[in-house]
Amino acid sequence: MVENVEIIKGTSLWRDAWKRLLKNKLAVFGLVVLAIMALLVIFGPEIIYLTTGFTADGIPEDGNLIKSFPPSLIHPMGTDEAGRDMLARVLQGGRISLMVGIISTFVSLIVGVSYGAIAGYLGGRIDNLMMRVVDMIYAIPYILIVIVLLSVFGGQNTPGWISFLSDTFGGAGNQGLSQIFMLFFALGLVSWLTMARVVRGQVLSLKNQEFVVAAKATGVSTFGIIFRHLVPNTLGPVIVYATLTVPSVMLTEAFLSYLGLGVQAPFASWGSLASDGIRNIAIFPWQLIFPGLTMALTLFSLNFLGDGLRDALDPQTRKF
Amino acid sequence: MSENNGTILSVSDLKTYFMTEDGVVKAVDGISFELKKGETLGIVGESGSGKSVTNLSVMRLIQEPPGKIAGGQIVFDGIDVLGLPIDEVRKIRGKRIAMIFQDPMTSLNPFLKISKQLMEVTQLHLGHSKKQAYDHAVKMLKMVGISDAEERIGSYPHEFSGGMRQRVMIAMALSCDPELLIADEPTTALDVTIQAQILELIKDLKARMGTSVILITHDLGVVAGMTDKIVVMYAGKVFEQAPTRELFATPANPYTKGLLKSVPDPAHEQGNPLYQIPGLPPDVAHLPPGCPFADRCYRVEEICHREFPPFVQINENHHSLCHFANEVYEESKKEKLATDGHR
Repeated sequence: MVENVEIIKGTSLWRDAWKRLLKNKLAVFGLVVLAIMALLVIFGPEIIYLTTGFTADGIPEDGNLIKSFPPSLIHPMGTDEAGRDMLARVLQGGRISLMVGIISTFVSLIVGVSYGAIAGYLGGRIDNLMMRVVDMIYAIPYILIVIVLLSVFGGQNTPGWISFLSDTFGGAGNQGLSQIFMLFFALGLVSWLTMARVVRGQVLSLKNQEFVVAAKATGVSTFGIIFRHLVPNTLGPVIVYATLTVPSVMLTEAFLSYLGLGVQAPFASWGSLASDGIRNIAIFPWQLIFPGLTMALTLFSLNFLGDGLRDALDPQTRKF
Repeated sequence: MSENNGTILSVSDLKTYFMTEDGVVKAVDGISFELKKGETLGIVGESGSGKSVTNLSVMRLIQEPPGKIAGGQIVFDGIDVLGLPIDEVRKIRGKRIAMIFQDPMTSLNPFLKISKQLMEVTQLHLGHSKKQAYDHAVKMLKMVGISDAEERIGSYPHEFSGGMRQRVMIAMALSCDPELLIADEPTTALDVTIQAQILELIKDLKARMGTSVILITHDLGVVAGMTDKIVVMYAGKVFEQAPTRELFATPANPYTKGLLKSVPDPAHEQGNPLYQIPGLPPDVAHLPPGCPFADRCYRVEEICHREFPPFVQINENHHSLCHFANEVYEESKKEKLATDGHR
């Protein structure tokens, strides 16, 4: 009599959350826009180069003739002061902006989650010490830390391992690129603080639950309990917070590049493009409008997605 | 082992204290008992009497601070558990001593699949490869009576009912074939029919695998059919210790008598109000100098408030913490004769 019973497939918490996310129109909009943006940014510059021959950083030979052209069929976003195709530059800049957002968030994720989980789980004096360090760093305006880091370690003084990373992944001896890597590192370094607090709070409430005692009673090591049992349980809030960190890091990057501390020519980011564009805002507005719009659209989408994820992963607070 | 006369666990004069703002809470204060190989020991007492703390101490699972094992000795199979470095204790936990917890709803990690949680134990202690661990996990699930274990093993805990989760916990506990199983109120959170099934399962597995068991409970009905001997705890102390049959037949402590009377007997007490021990368990942070049970005792005398009672030996295996242990014992004997004659 039991032969015909259909096997019920396990619905994990993730699948449940995914379903809820898909019901949220704004979040889906954000997800779609981000997916398109990612594809454009990854493949766009190459496609433009192959079809039209425009590149983002090389100044064309006839550059003097096509300086600051308005949008046209050949240059959908116009050209910049040096006659480079704005579309290629915006896409190239998006690469760097998105990379800054994602890599810095990743750094903050790794540092913040481990730091917070260890502090929360060990508790007592160690927790106190670790969190006071966080408080101290918090007390200094983060933009100040980044500016100091970038001006001390940027340019000629980039630490060896960062140059090594940029040589390995980008190409040897590229000064501008190691500056960008320094930027990833500096932004990651200041954005893990809130992550550590979020995770610590979660771990504090989780560590006294019976399944942790049960895991201890089966002989799991402290490391195993923190990273195999506790951290997966904090993932919901962590993912939400990470998606909201990406846009905030991107904004900071734009701000720094605007000040001339971040990405520098010939590299472009949305921030540095906007900074170039603002000089000519009255005469050639497209040089500001297009990078600005693209960035705004991306940031909106990230925020929508973050909000959507928060509602999806935390069913208690969701609206009906 | 022969050199310790088949004793698997011996706890002597164990003291576990908690430092709180309210003062030192002597959760366990001078507990001693012994467990032989293959035996089942029942630990009975009201909430807060120190049952669970005793067993967490055996596993060295007391949070320090605020807790502290202040004294005594725990010897497991010839090993001094309290003297071991924590890394060595970890090798014993889950492998040689396993534990089942009270609430199966919260003692499984909600984010990990059943398979992962079952595999973790054997990968850790038996050095199993993933494949071996998986096969072993399926085998264990079958052993604890989960049908179509191959399919269910990929589920998450929330897809299991309470009874099934407790089966999973038992499977996990028995994965490494431990020598001692500590079951901390394994059936309290389950309904009665499931309760019986789980107890039968533990009994059955114990018989098959020869595991020694410590069964902690506040339900005398549970221990009656399961255990060889019983330790009755009250306010962090052993109040009475005896073989199960003797304890039920002729208790030598007023507290035990009260507990036994509190079990409802539908055949005899119809219409009468249910019996309960008057008062509440004392605050273990501020114990009076005399007997901690004195305020609730039916035969309290002046000496009970003044002096701490002695641990009286009634016969070879029967001890009771009471000024009047022998008198209570005689009383119980008479009562037993009377009811036997009556029947």
